[in-house]
Amino acid sequence: MGKQIFEGLKVADFSWVGVGPQVARELAEHGATVVRVECHRYPDTLRLIMPFKDFIAGIDRSAFFAAFNTNKYGMSLDMNRPKGKEIAQKLVNWADIVTDGMTPGTMGKWGLDYESCRKTKPDIIYYSTCQQGQYGPYAKFGGYGMFAATMGGFSHVTGWPDMDPPHIFNNYTDFISPWYLTIAVVGALLHRRKTGRGMYLDQAQIEAGITFLGPYLLDYAVNGRIAGRMGNRDRYMVPHGAYPCMGIDRWVVIAVRSEAEWESLCRVMDHPEWREDGRFSTILARKENEDVLDELIGTWTKNYPPEQIMATLQSAGVPCGPVARPEDLFNDPQLKHREHFRILEHKVIGKHSYNAPAYRLSKTPDNISKPAPCLGEDNEYIYREILGFSDEEIADLLIEGVITTDADLPAVLAK
Amino acid sequence: MEKQAESVLSGYRVLDLTNERGHLCGKILGDLGADVVMIEPPGGSPSRSIGPFYHDIPTPENSLFWWYSGASKRGISLDVASPDGKDIFRRLVKGAHFVIESFDPGYMDGLGLGYSHLEAINPGIVMTSITPFGQSGPYAHYQATDIVCSAMGGIMQLYGQPDRAPVRISADPQSYFLGGLHAAQGSMLAHYYRELQGEGQQVDVSIQQAVILTLMVASEVWDVVKVNIRGSGPFSRSVTAKGLLNVRFIYACKDGHVVHWPGGGAQAGIVTSTKRLMKWANEEGMCLELKDVDWSQFDALSITQEELDYQTGIIGGFLRTKTKAELLERAVQESLLIAPVATVADIMKSPQLEARDYWQNVEHPEIGETVSYPGSPVKMSEASWQIRRRAPLIGEHNEEIYVKELGFSKDDLTLLKCRGII
Repeated sequence: MGKQIFEGLKVADFSWVGVGPQVARELAEHGATVVRVECHRYPDTLRLIMPFKDFIAGIDRSAFFAAFNTNKYGMSLDMNRPKGKEIAQKLVNWADIVTDGMTPGTMGKWGLDYESCRKTKPDIIYYSTCQQGQYGPYAKFGGYGMFAATMGGFSHVTGWPDMDPPHIFNNYTDFISPWYLTIAVVGALLHRRKTGRGMYLDQAQIEAGITFLGPYLLDYAVNGRIAGRMGNRDRYMVPHGAYPCMGIDRWVVIAVRSEAEWESLCRVMDHPEWREDGRFSTILARKENEDVLDELIGTWTKNYPPEQIMATLQSAGVPCGPVARPEDLFNDPQLKHREHFRILEHKVIGKHSYNAPAYRLSKTPDNISKPAPCLGEDNEYIYREILGFSDEEIADLLIEGVITTDADLPAVLAK
Repeated sequence: MEKQAESVLSGYRVLDLTNERGHLCGKILGDLGADVVMIEPPGGSPSRSIGPFYHDIPTPENSLFWWYSGASKRGISLDVASPDGKDIFRRLVKGAHFVIESFDPGYMDGLGLGYSHLEAINPGIVMTSITPFGQSGPYAHYQATDIVCSAMGGIMQLYGQPDRAPVRISADPQSYFLGGLHAAQGSMLAHYYRELQGEGQQVDVSIQQAVILTLMVASEVWDVVKVNIRGSGPFSRSVTAKGLLNVRFIYACKDGHVVHWPGGGAQAGIVTSTKRLMKWANEEGMCLELKDVDWSQFDALSITQEELDYQTGIIGGFLRTKTKAELLERAVQESLLIAPVATVADIMKSPQLEARDYWQNVEHPEIGETVSYPGSPVKMSEASWQIRRRAPLIGEHNEEIYVKELGFSKDDLTLLKCRGII
């Protein structure tokens, strides 16, 4: 194994659900030692959400939780007990970086807020990520990514102009925020290298998310325009849209950027006469007759599977691709080439896939090697090797319920 | 503008050769204090033709897409494919720390300006390449636009009504912003490694993969239980052993729509939300049919579609009687899982963003305006993450860079300009 960027870096990961854990995972995938702190009495919400192995619920059976916690060591600890607080503090003293993904004020209840951690670790790097930010009238508005994504404007600008806005299934802003925060963490590491000083990073997921609406926020600021939804139309490209293909609910997208590509499309579809047809011979004409043109293209595409349309049009240099269903991603030859889906063997879920990063570093590739931990899976390693407890002390902590076990799960989740 | 504080990338130079699919990367590095030099083709980047436009006047200096993604950068013009252009670029690389580009794979190599060439000039260089599918592989030379990247990255599949085509987010180009952000992340990691070890490297970004990383759990759902998630309008489809359950999340309200997470069960936050929402409704004489439901017993895995629709129908009836503002106010007070479907107008008027000093004033002196821009995605206690300046005008810093820094004479500049090199 070659050099790893974050070899030797230590992270105490108290964050949970979507954003905080993804940042810690990024560090772990480049060599950092990340300890994920959890409690059986209050399991991470993602451990309670599908997909479950064999459709059977269980805190160690969720691939949703697993997806965001690759390469981490799993520790169980009840920080609501006095001894639990002390142990958490010990972990902070061990760490270079402390993570917080809770509603503002929660970490403070455990004495784990930034100012408290700073007392014993003055150069600690500490990140807090939550929906609205650490202060302000909505700061206590806890909630999940779907709220940031919807309040962040993405529902309103998606879908069809003649229909209601859709639900943003994928809590979109939860998958913009972590990368900005990782950048900030690296910035903080650089700063510490230079000055010896730590730093506090305060992220509001809605603030990170709306950066992706930048041009449209400017459009409102200078033009008073409220961006809406336009289906699959584009302001400049025509034809541009999703077209039905052979098969159940299969679609292909086609986007024509230039006269040359329009010519190629007409040729491939065997309609060279469209180039002289008054309805389609100019861009303005095509824009005006877009509905008709889309229907005609649809009568062609529906005879073929999307992959075939893609192959044909790509050989003619026309932008085109299937609307991939999740299953199609696993069959995509380009993603196989990029080794996007990495298979690891999880203790309970078995062999299953984890995402790789979108970037490839030529000299320091990522090392995705350890599946997400079961709750408390690495207690022995963490309590003994990292925190230095003896076997007797560990036994006491178990008896006292400071180290939690499956027996401490809420009744409704009892195994 | 606010005082320009030093930041974590102060003193580092970025040469930015990107087109629309990579611009955001350089903006992020510039916001962190790097000296980003945007290198446009003579006459200006084609991105300047992308709207919307200031006052709807489509000229090269009025593109709001350019304003946004070109912020925090200086700008020069250069034809890097010409012999003079290559020469100048190589000279700039000597003093640079990052090169970002988004040409088709192989183009820079073909010019003799690929990573191996640049590494020979400057072993510490970090070269970041942003393309739809990556530098190599069966689709590396495929043509793609934002909708193609969105489709092949799987995000389109997640949006849309069940009886219509899947849709991309209309506020485009989301996939390019994702590519740019992941490129900035990869560049920072490579930069950190360079600071520790002294050597640069290549960062090869796939926009398609950047899109896949937004799918939340859709690929895991296929991988583990072999079900394809599909956009279902206002519903979220849940996968249970009995089959698919449509859970309504978008509800009409008095003056628009809200998102609401119904139910309960093992998740305490959801139980609390539903209980309090029902209490509020009951106080107003509504949702009485659900008065005695024990929400902690709600089981998403065993409830029938009928039962769920019955419950959400009743809740929807109550939500319909309130405005977005009323629902948000109560949601904040009582931790209800409700939020408005906000427009860009709602966002710009948000009291929360105001209280956080989120908006940044950026001066555009040549049009006599100061414009409010979205601010930083992370507040850093000891470093500044902020827009440094407005996006550059065409060739705005040619003199600063070519004459003052590289020592060309004004006559050289005129010759290069007339020959279409700059």
